[in-house]
This record gives sequence, C-alpha cells and structure tokens, in this order.
Amino acid sequence: MSSRCLELLFLVSAVVLAGCQREERRFSEPPAASVAIRSVVQSDIRPGGAPPPPSPAFAYDSNAHAISQGKQLYEWFNCTGCHAFGGGAIGPPLMDDQWIYGSDPENIFATIVEGRPNGMPSFGGKIPEQQVWQLVAYVRSLSGQVRKDADTARSDHLFTRKSESSMGNTRPRPASPPPQPPP
Amino acid sequence: MNHSAISVAGPRAREIAELLVLFVGVSAVVYVIVVCALIWAIRRKRAATRFEDDDARRAADRKSRHIIGAATALSVLILITLALADFFVQRSLSAHPVDALRVVVTGHQYWWEIEYDDPAPSQRVRTANELHIPVGRPVELVLTSRDVIHSFWLPSITGKKDLIPGHTTSEVLVAEKPGVFTGQCAEFCGLQHAKMRLVMHAVSPEEYEAWRQQQLQPGRQPATDEERRGQSVFTKSSCILCHSIQGTDAAATVGPDLTHIASRTTLAAGTLPNDQSNMATWILSPHAIKPGVQMPATQLAPADLAALTRYLASLQ
Amino acid sequence: MNTAADLAELEKRWADPPGFLGWMKTVDHKRIARRYFVTALVFFALAGLMAALMRLQLARPENTLVGPDLYNQLFSMHGTVMMFLFAVPILQAVGVFLVPLMIGSRNIAFGRLSSFSYWIFLFGGIMIFTAFFLNVGPEAGWFSYVPLSGPQFSPGKRTDFWAQLVTFTELASLIVAVQIVVTAFKLRAPGMSLNRIPLLVWAEVVTSFMVIFAMPSVMLGSSFLISDRLVSTQFFNPAEGGDALLWQHLFWFFGHPEVYIIFVPALGIISEIVSTFASRPAFGYLALVLALVVTGFLAFGLWVHHMFATGLPPLGMSFFTAASILIAIPTGLQISCWIATLATGGRLRLATPLLFVVGFFFIFVIGGLTGLMLASVSLDSQLHDSYFVVAHLHYVLIGGALFPLFGGFYYWFPKLTGRLLSERAGKWNFWLFFTGFNVAFFPMHILGLKGMTRRVYTYGADRGWGDLNLLATIGAVTIAASMIVFAINVVVSLRRGQRAGENPWGGTTLEWATSSPPPSYGFAQIPCVDSRQPLKHGKEALAWVVGLPTLVRTSLVTRLHDAAPDHITVDPEPSIWPFWTAVAVSALFIGSIFTPWALVWGAIPVTVALIGWFWPKHEETERTNRIEVKPDESRPARFLESAS
Repeated sequence: MSSRCLELLFLVSAVVLAGCQREERRFSEPPAASVAIRSVVQSDIRPGGAPPPPSPAFAYDSNAHAISQGKQLYEWFNCTGCHAFGGGAIGPPLMDDQWIYGSDPENIFATIVEGRPNGMPSFGGKIPEQQVWQLVAYVRSLSGQVRKDADTARSDHLFTRKSESSMGNTRPRPASPPPQPPP
Repeated sequence: MNHSAISVAGPRAREIAELLVLFVGVSAVVYVIVVCALIWAIRRKRAATRFEDDDARRAADRKSRHIIGAATALSVLILITLALADFFVQRSLSAHPVDALRVVVTGHQYWWEIEYDDPAPSQRVRTANELHIPVGRPVELVLTSRDVIHSFWLPSITGKKDLIPGHTTSEVLVAEKPGVFTGQCAEFCGLQHAKMRLVMHAVSPEEYEAWRQQQLQPGRQPATDEERRGQSVFTKSSCILCHSIQGTDAAATVGPDLTHIASRTTLAAGTLPNDQSNMATWILSPHAIKPGVQMPATQLAPADLAALTRYLASLQ
Repeated sequence: MNTAADLAELEKRWADPPGFLGWMKTVDHKRIARRYFVTALVFFALAGLMAALMRLQLARPENTLVGPDLYNQLFSMHGTVMMFLFAVPILQAVGVFLVPLMIGSRNIAFGRLSSFSYWIFLFGGIMIFTAFFLNVGPEAGWFSYVPLSGPQFSPGKRTDFWAQLVTFTELASLIVAVQIVVTAFKLRAPGMSLNRIPLLVWAEVVTSFMVIFAMPSVMLGSSFLISDRLVSTQFFNPAEGGDALLWQHLFWFFGHPEVYIIFVPALGIISEIVSTFASRPAFGYLALVLALVVTGFLAFGLWVHHMFATGLPPLGMSFFTAASILIAIPTGLQISCWIATLATGGRLRLATPLLFVVGFFFIFVIGGLTGLMLASVSLDSQLHDSYFVVAHLHYVLIGGALFPLFGGFYYWFPKLTGRLLSERAGKWNFWLFFTGFNVAFFPMHILGLKGMTRRVYTYGADRGWGDLNLLATIGAVTIAASMIVFAINVVVSLRRGQRAGENPWGGTTLEWATSSPPPSYGFAQIPCVDSRQPLKHGKEALAWVVGLPTLVRTSLVTRLHDAAPDHITVDPEPSIWPFWTAVAVSALFIGSIFTPWALVWGAIPVTVALIGWFWPKHEETERTNRIEVKPDESRPARFLESAS
C-alpha cells in the first residue's frame, strides 16, 4: 500500500511540475551577451569548430506560451516565405525528419542566428535571443518533438494544413527523396 | 476631464448623457417611492395580532390590490416611455453620417492600427494609437481586429463599439470642440488590456489638414551624424523586423508604423509621454512597463540607443 | 398515531449506515444539502479572498501588488467560482433541503442522484482550485470570449480547465434541477394542489426549468471550445467559416438565464420570510406565482443585451431593449406584493432574517434601476464593460440573491442544525455587510461613468480614479469583516447556540412541523393539507396519512394538479455507487482536457460504475415485491379525513 502511495505521489508531482513548466509565462529573459550591431556573424560549422551555444536553463520546449509566441513570430518574421507552414517551398521542409544542421534546440538556434548556405539568412542581432528560442521551440513542434500538451493547436485564420498538435504524437514524417538529376 | 461619459465633448455623447439624466431622474423618483413605501409598511402602527379571520384580511387585500394594480399600470407606462426614449436616441445615433471622414481602425494586442481611408492609396495616412480629427466633421470609424476582440471607447465623444475579428463594425465620432480626449480598450483582450489606451486630438479643420499633409510625407531623412547612426541602428537591429518607416527599408506591418512617431504625444498605446527617455526605457525593457506586450526587450549599447532615440525623435 | 415501535422501525429503515462509510453512501437530501452548503460557502470564502486581493491591487493607481497575469486569473476565478461553484449550487441546495420538507415528502426524488451531483460538484471545484494553485487557472474571464480563449491566444491548458469546470457544474445543476421538478410535481402531500404550493417551492421549480433549458447552451459552447482547442475544429474561427460571435450567443443564451437562476430562488426565500414575519400569508399568491413564471420565460429573451456593443442590427437590439425593460414588471409586482404583505400583517419583529430581506429591498431596487439603464442600447454603449456594470451586477446579485440567502440562513439554520444563530451577531453581520457593500459598490457607478473599464489590473494616476477605488477597497474590507462575523456566529452557535424547537419563528409551512433538525425520515407520517398555510392552526390540527409500508423506504406519489394520492414508490437505499460513478466521470472529464481518447477509454470505468449503480439487490427486490406485488393485506393503506 505504501509503494502505491509513493507511486501516486510521484505521478502527482510529475503532473504538478509538468504543469508548472507548461504554464509559465516568461515575458523577458535576462539579457545574454549582446551581439554587436553590424558585425558579421560567423558560422562555426567546420571540423574542430566551437560547439553551439548552450540551451537556456528555461525549457522552452515544454512551455506552451513560448511555443505559441514562436508560432506568431514564425509568420510575422516571414519564415513562411521560404518554409511555408512547415512543408517547405524554396526552403527545406521543417516538419520532416531530415535536419541538415541538426534538430537539437542549440542547432536550430545556431541555424537561425548564423544563417546557412543557399539562402537561410542570418538573424543574429536582428531577432532578440528570447524570441529566437521561442522560434526554436515552435520549429521543433512542427516535427513533433515538443511535449504534446504544450503544443499549439489550430490558428485563428485560414490554414492549409493540419494543426501542429494533431501531428504532435507521430514521428516526423520521412523526408521525400532528393530530386534526381536527369540521366 | 477628457475621458468621462458625463463630461461630454460631442453631440453623440451629449444625447446619451441626456438620456442618462432622464433614466437616473426617473429611477431616483421610483426608488424614493419604493423606499418610502417600505419604511411606511414597516413602521405602520397596527394591532399586535393578525387578522381575526380571513374575511377581514380579504377586505384589506382588496384595497391593496387596487393600489398595486395602479402602481403596476403606472410602471408599465413609465417603462414604455423609457423604452421609447431609448428607441429614438438609438435611431438618431444610427443615422448614417453625411460627408464623413473614413478611418479604418484595426485592433491588435495591444495597440490600435489606424489608417485614414482615401480612394487614392497614396493619400492614405497610416499611424497608430493616436487619432486626429477635425472639429465638427463626423468621422466614420470602420472597425475590425487582427487578433482578439477589442473595443473602441472614447467616453467623452461617443459610446463604444467592439472590434471583432472576422467582422466589421462601425462607429461615428463627432467632436464639437477642440481638445485632447482619451479612452481605452473596453473589451478584455489579454495581459495588457489595462494599458491599451487611445488618444484623440480634435483640432480645427485647418490644423487637421496641416497634420494630414505632414503625415503623408515619407519619414524625415536624418540630418546629423547621430541621427544617421540612429537610422542605421534601426535598420540593422531588430526594429526593422516589426516596424515600418516610410522612406527607409523598414516596411514590416507587425508593429505600429513609426514614420511620424515624434508627432505623437504618447508612446506604448497612450501609456507613456513621448520623450527620448521614455523611448529608451520602452526599447530596453518594455516588459517592465507593460509585462506581456509583444514588443521584445532589445539590447543595445548605450551610444547606439542614444542615437536611435535621437533619430526617432526627429521623425516628426 | 406514532408508537415508539413505529418510529423505531422508520428510523431503522431511513437512517444511514454508521460511520464514514454511511456518510459516503447517504442519499438523505438533508445531509447532502448540508454538504452543499458547507462546500459552497468554502468556495464563497475563497472567491471572496480573491476579490479582496483584487481590491487591494486596485486601491491605488499603478499598484504593484499583483501583476497582470495573476490578476487576470484572479478575476476569472472570482467570477467563475462565484457563479458556477457558489451561487447556483447553494441556491439549488436550498431547494434540495427545503422542497421535500415543504411539500411533506420524506426524501427528494432520485436520492442517489443527489449524492452523485454533489460529488461531481465537489470534484469540479477541487479540479479548478488545484488548477489555479498550479498556475493553470482560467485567465480569460468567467465568460471566456473567443478568440482570446481560443487555441491561438490562450496557450496551455488554462481555458481547457475552465471549460471542463463548466461541464462539471452544469451536470451537477441539471441533475438537481430534474430532481426538484419531479419532487415538486409528484411527491407533494395529499391535498397540496398547485395553488397551495409554498412560494419557495414554486421559485425552485421555475429555477429548475430555467436550468434545464439554459445549461445545455453553455455545455454546448464549452464543448465547442474544448473541441476547437483540442482537436482543431473551426467553430469559432472566422477564417474557416466559424464566428467569434457564435460563442457570445451560446454563452449569453445561458448567461442571462443564469443570473435569474440565481435570483429566482431568492425571491422564493423572501416570500417565505416576509409571510412568516408579517404573520399573514403573502399578499397576492397568484400574482407572485405568475410573476415567477413570467420572469422565468422572459429571462430567455434578453441575452443579446450583453452584446449591444458588437454591432448587431439596431432594430434587433431594440427588441432586446424592450424585453429587458419588460422583465422589470413582474419583479416590480412582486416587490409591491411584499410591501403590501408587510404593511397589512401583524406586528413585525425585525429579527435578522427580516433585516436581510429589508436590505434586499434597499439594494436590489438600485440594481434593478441601473439594469434599466443598461437595457437601453444607447446608454449601454457608454456603460458596457465599465465599472458601472460591475456595480450593477453586484447590486442585483448581492442585493437580490445574497441578502435573501443570508436571511434564509438565519431563518432556516435552526431547522438545519437545531440551534438558533445569535441575533446580536446577526445584526452586526447585517449592518457591516450592508454598509460595506454600499461603500464598496456605489462608487463604482461613478467610476464607470468616469471611464474606468472592467478587468484592468491597474490604472494610471492621471485618470483621477484613485480616490473612489480606495473607498471601494475600504468597503470591501468591511464586507470581509461582516463575513468573519458570520463565520464566527455559525461556528459558535453550532456549539453553544440556543436550542431551537420545531417552529421558532411561527412559520406556517410544513417544514416547521418536523423536529429541528428533522429525523432521517423527515415526516413520521405524511401530512394532508387543505390550505396554503397548513400549520396555521398548529401541528395538532393536521391530518395525516397512515399505512405507508415500513418494510422498505417508501414515499407517497400524488397527482400533479390536485395532489390526490396516486401510488406508493420505493425510495433507493444508501449506496456507494454514486461516489464511484462520480469518480469515473470526473476522470473522464479531466482526461479529456489532455486527450480526446479519454472519452473512449474513460467511458469504460463509467460503464462499470453505472452497472454497479443499477445492479439489482436481492434483498431489495424481495422487499419491494412484497409491497407492490403482494401487499400485506393485514395493514391496508388508507387515508384519514381531516381531524378537525
């Protein structure tokens, strides 16, 4: 009986803590080192390069408010212009399992801040760091890598695909094979 | 006071205030009558015992029935009168204004996007949070929202009207004297509903036209080195992702248009007086003033910040 | 007629099993009503504390006691708890306790449903308070307008918990409503024809019909909202064919009758108190009953007056202005009738119950008159969503429902507990409440006219609203003090209050013919009535039904219009299954906040619990058969003529 109580207590605490993380509304992050304006942001993707900056202590992936903000920013900052709503257009899809530069939060953060070859702009110094982390959380939600109950649901405007939360539990869909050049 | 339904500055608010006087007057009289009847009923001298029998009670009740019947009939007449009074005021307020200025107001969390309508797109004035209208001329507001339901309310001028996404509503403003009138969002819209104010300047027609012409100009080019540095800070940091300044590369519509930001008397939807120090505070830590607002905290070196605020202060 | 052996037999049949298990299994309407009272008052105290916090925050401009996120949760919780978890349940509980006693019935119809509805109500309340303390409390107001409460603008699970609380409380209220209607229509004492039913019973019946017709609307709306948020339906998404205004219509179609659901039982309480203290039957019985019924009908025709600012067609809105003004007439008629009763009765004792009723007159009439102002579309365009409405709603709800409710507490406390509440403390309670209330809420009329909007966590120092807000906060503190006096009064009187006899106030309705508190079986014998005031000539003059079988719990079912005896029915025995069913249903509801599969998998425990509930018991079937199939010929049931 006492082990059952312990299990129940554990379950309840898990739910409690999970709820705490999910529901916190954090409006401004303490400032990190500011990026100087007009500097060129160098990528560190090369053998022996420096590791990406560490994830913030706050778990954006489990925070509903952060993911929801990320979704708004995704449209406001025109990520849809190249990535559409995750299906990809002139930029690669974000809802599949193919991650050229890594799918960990730190990797996606670096991708957004540093930019990438073949068209991904560098937003370092343009998007404040906290908003980048919110975007990172949202992008990861597109491939189902965030907590299901923190995920966003449908938007309040016209949408051409299913909502993120209805894709959440599935594995990210396999990437389509790259187009073959004609023989 | 410029934000009160009882200190009116326009004919529409005046009609409503007069109707209010009628209702309050009638209500006061009715209340006094009811309270007096109650006190009389309680304090009335009577025998300690109740009625000896049912017949005596029924006789007394007959008299009460007549009084109550008359009182009810009188109440019905009064209520019909009040309803009719409202109906006529409503009809008057619903009349379509003639020769109205058209202004489209779109609600956002937590600011007002304002565009003065005109058949020629180049003649449309885009601004935010502050309206200028000419005294005496009706202004027809076309109201909608980009996100949640808001409500446009200038108590001294007219009643409120909701801004509902997916719908278009309309309201009419008429100012009968010049002045600055304020209001705030009147439908709960989220974390900063409390500080989503709006400011309306009612000015003479000449001043209005001068203001309009000024607003149609593109953003003033920077004149000094510091202003140029400020413009460069603006376009090279995060400002450009949300704000627009006509005449520069900044053309985003996520946040308020800043082309003539210095011509506005307030910042942050009417929350702060518009000066460089408040501007700097707003840019550095908006959440200290309005926690939950969409504007992010932007880290800038002090010299850059000073240049930016100097540049923005030059955008008359 | 009642030998000691008879009473002992009755007690054996009707008493609950002993101990904690008996407490859990009870189907006794008196015990369950007492539970409702205590729980609802606890919720009232908690919601009142939230109000106190809000008032402290608003006492000064630009105050930093409470930030916007917590403040939004506070006012959302305050409204939600007061409306869904306090006002409706407690006024229905008044009916659960008093309707059977006033009509001479031993129990409420469908006793196990009472138990089930209480547990559902309790679990819903625990759920929402747990959510609130875990930072998942509702944040979009008690009315949760979309799109603010929709999936895009209300991230996380806060609004989902709110929507499920609505489901919990609506289920509980609907169940009680059905019970009250059936009880009042079919379990009345012989001779209590429709025109002899006590006014509180009429009020509860009208309320119950309003509940039955209004609650489904909000249940539907909240289900649409959960569905939009959980499984991406588009009910309220304008871009995909939905409409934000649909929510408002669905909510207010319930929301307006809701306030009358709260108000109408209080009207019944007033009629009872006034007639007892004036020592005469209430003047204008027919007018009072018709006024209640008309109010109930008209309440459904007013809802758009909450939407006057949304730009609906003016002619349509004028119709709702007319209806909103019209509903003042039946209420005004009732007020006139009560004043006539007070004027033409015997010498009045201004004891605490009557004092609260007098307070009702002073406060509610102001609320009603400001309601007329809000009914006018033009005036409403200035007053809507301002502190004027906050003032109005508290004047009508506190004046119109809470003051009569407190009067009812003081009046029926002896019946419920066997002890009288202290008159002296009662007067302190009343005067502190009355003064504090007016000091707190009257200034809000002026604040609204001066432009202060609702649901703001702070306001600028330049607005000039600081002084009136400070005054309102002082009033709020005074109200809190009055509630403390009430709580102390209750706690002390429960132990050391003056013991009450059967009829301490000299009432003439049937509940005063039982002991205080009544025994588990309520009435040893079912009384027969021949007038509106059965106890007018004292309990000894009553006639009684004899011969009801005592082998099982039995009740006498009578005909609807003239209460002629019809047949004998068997009442349910105490059972633990309502509790388990409530647990299963709660698990289903709470699970469906997180996943739609909870509806599927959660149905299994519910089915099991319902099977347990309805599973026939050998012994009970045996006993029932002996009465219904093979009645005991040696003790035929017969009905005595009136003894006097």
